[in-house]
Amino acid sequence: MLWHVIKRVAFYLLVIGIVFISIFPFYYAIITSFKSGTALFEINYWPRSFSLANYTQVLTTGSFPRNLANSLLIASVVVAISLVLAVTASFALSRVRFAGRSLLLFTILAVSMFPQIAVLSGLFELVRFFGIFNTPFALIFSYMIFTLPFTVWILTTFMRDLPIEIEEAAIVDGASPWVIITKVFLPLMWPALVTTGLLAFIAAWNEFLFALTFTSSNNTRTVPVAIALLSGATQYEIPWGNIMAASVIVTVPLVVLVLIFQRKIISGLTAGGVKG
Amino acid sequence: MAIAETVDDAEQSAGSDLFRQRIRSAWLFLTPMLVVLAIVAGWPLLRSIYFSFTNASLTNISAAEWVGFENYLSITTLKSGRVIYDGLLVDPLWWKSVWNTVRFSVVSVISETIIGMMVALVLNAEFRGRGIVRAAILVPWAIPTIVSAKMWAWMLNDQFGIINDILLNLGLISQKIAWTANPDTAMLAVLMVDIWKTTPFMALLILAGLQMIPGDIYEAAKIDGVHPVKVFFRVTLPLVRPALMVAIIFRMLDALRIFDLIYVLTANNAQTKTMSVFARENLFDFDKFAYGSAASTMLFLILTVITVVYIIVGKVNFEGGR
Repeated sequence: MLWHVIKRVAFYLLVIGIVFISIFPFYYAIITSFKSGTALFEINYWPRSFSLANYTQVLTTGSFPRNLANSLLIASVVVAISLVLAVTASFALSRVRFAGRSLLLFTILAVSMFPQIAVLSGLFELVRFFGIFNTPFALIFSYMIFTLPFTVWILTTFMRDLPIEIEEAAIVDGASPWVIITKVFLPLMWPALVTTGLLAFIAAWNEFLFALTFTSSNNTRTVPVAIALLSGATQYEIPWGNIMAASVIVTVPLVVLVLIFQRKIISGLTAGGVKG
Repeated sequence: MAIAETVDDAEQSAGSDLFRQRIRSAWLFLTPMLVVLAIVAGWPLLRSIYFSFTNASLTNISAAEWVGFENYLSITTLKSGRVIYDGLLVDPLWWKSVWNTVRFSVVSVISETIIGMMVALVLNAEFRGRGIVRAAILVPWAIPTIVSAKMWAWMLNDQFGIINDILLNLGLISQKIAWTANPDTAMLAVLMVDIWKTTPFMALLILAGLQMIPGDIYEAAKIDGVHPVKVFFRVTLPLVRPALMVAIIFRMLDALRIFDLIYVLTANNAQTKTMSVFARENLFDFDKFAYGSAASTMLFLILTVITVVYIIVGKVNFEGGR
C-alpha cells in the first residue's frame, strides 16, 4: 500500500515537473514584460509590479507595428497559395495511380527536410533577379520551399484515407476531376485544411533565416527578425522589457490558436511525422 | 458493387478514355506545384552548387567565373618548394563548425528522445489532468524559436538572470555564470534551449506510435506478471521503434541545419558556431560568396549522406506500416 502511494506521488511529481518546465519560461517572459525601469533588474518569482510601459513603447515607437503587419500579410498569403497549389496536387498524388508517383512523393518529402542554407545563395540571386529584394514578395516566394512540400504531404495522407465510394459516384455521374475536387472533396476537407493551414502559418510566422537575408530595412522586416535585432539607445543596453513585450505580443496569438486547435494540430503533426 | 467494378476496370485498362483523362488531369493538377518547387528549390540548389565552383562575390554575382575545386581545396607550390593548401577542406574553422554541429545534434537528439519517451509514456497513462499536461507541452513548441532564444537569453543573463538566482539559492553554484558568453557553457545553454523547445514534438510523435500498440498486449504481460521495465524493453520499445526511427531522423535533420537559435542566443561564440552559421557568415558578412556556397554545398552533402546511411542501416519505413 505504501509502495503504491509512493509510486503515485512520484508520478504526479513528474507530471508537475513537466508542466512547470514547459510553461515557466513563458510565464517569466510575461511577468518581465509588465516590469519597467529598475524593477526589471530585480529578480521576482511572482508578479510584483504591473506596468504597460513596455507595451506602449513597443507598439507606438519604432517599426514593430509595421513588422507585425508584414508578418501577418506574408504568413496569410503563403498559407493561401500553398493550400491552393497543394489541394490539387495532393488529389493527383492520392487518388490517381500513375507512373512515377512514389518517386514524386519521395522527392517532395526530401524537399521538406531540406537544409534551407543549401539554397540560400541561389535564392538570393533569384530574388535579386526578380527585383523583389527587400519586399514581402521575396519572403512569400521563398517560404514556398518549406510550406508547399509539407502541405502537399499532409493533405495527401488525409485524402488517401477518404472512402473511394464517394468519388466513384461522382465519376459515374460524369463529373470531371476538377468538379470532384471542388464539389466532392473540398467540403470534406475543411478539418484537414484548417490543420495544415495553421501549421503552415506558424512555420511562416516563425521563419528567420530567409527573413534575415532577404530584407534589409526596419520597415520590411518580419517580427522574428525585428525581435532579434531590437536594440536600445546604446549598443550595450539591451531593452529586455521591450523584447519581452514584443515576444509576448507575437506568441500569445499562437499559443491561443494552438491550444484551441490542439487535437487537430497533434494529428497534423503526427500525420507529417509518423505516417511520413 | 457494379460501380466499384467499373471504376476498377477503368483504372486497370490503360486504353480506356476515362483512365487517360484522369492521368492527364493528374499531371495538370501537379504541374503548378512542381513548377513552383522547381523554381524555389531545384534551381537555387543547382545555382548554389555552381557558385561553389566559381569566384562569385556578393556585389557582383553575375560576373562569377569557373574556378573548379579551388574553394574546396587549392594546392599552390611556391618557388621555394613549399606547398600551400587552401580551401574549405583544410579550413580549421569549417571543421570546428562541423564538429560543433555534430556534437550539438547528437547530444540534443539523444536527450530529446529519452526525455520525449518519458513524457510520451506519462501522456499514454490514464490520469486526471492529462489534457492539461498535453496542452502545456504544446507551449514550447508553439513559441517562435527567436522568441524562445530571447526568453532564455534573459533567464540565462549573467547579472539579472533567474537561472543563476535559482542555482545560487539552491547552492549548486557559488558564483554567477555568464551562460551564453562563457566558452565552457555556451553549448550547454544552446542545448538546454533546444531540448526544451523540441522535446514536445518528439514526445507527440512517440505518443502517436505508443497509441497504435494494442492494449491487450499489456494486459497479457500484466497477467503473466512480467516486470514493467522488462515490458518496456521487450514489448513497447520494439513496437514503437518504426515511429521512433522516423521521429529521430526528422529531428536529426532539423538539428544538423540549426541556425536561428545559435545566431540569436550565442552570436559570435566560436564554441557554438554551426555549419549553417559558418555558411551564412561567409555568404553575407565576409563577402566570400563562393566560399559560403561551398560550405552550404558541403552541408547539403553531409546531410544527404547521413540520411541515406540512416535509412539503409536503420531500415526506416516512411510509410509507417502502411
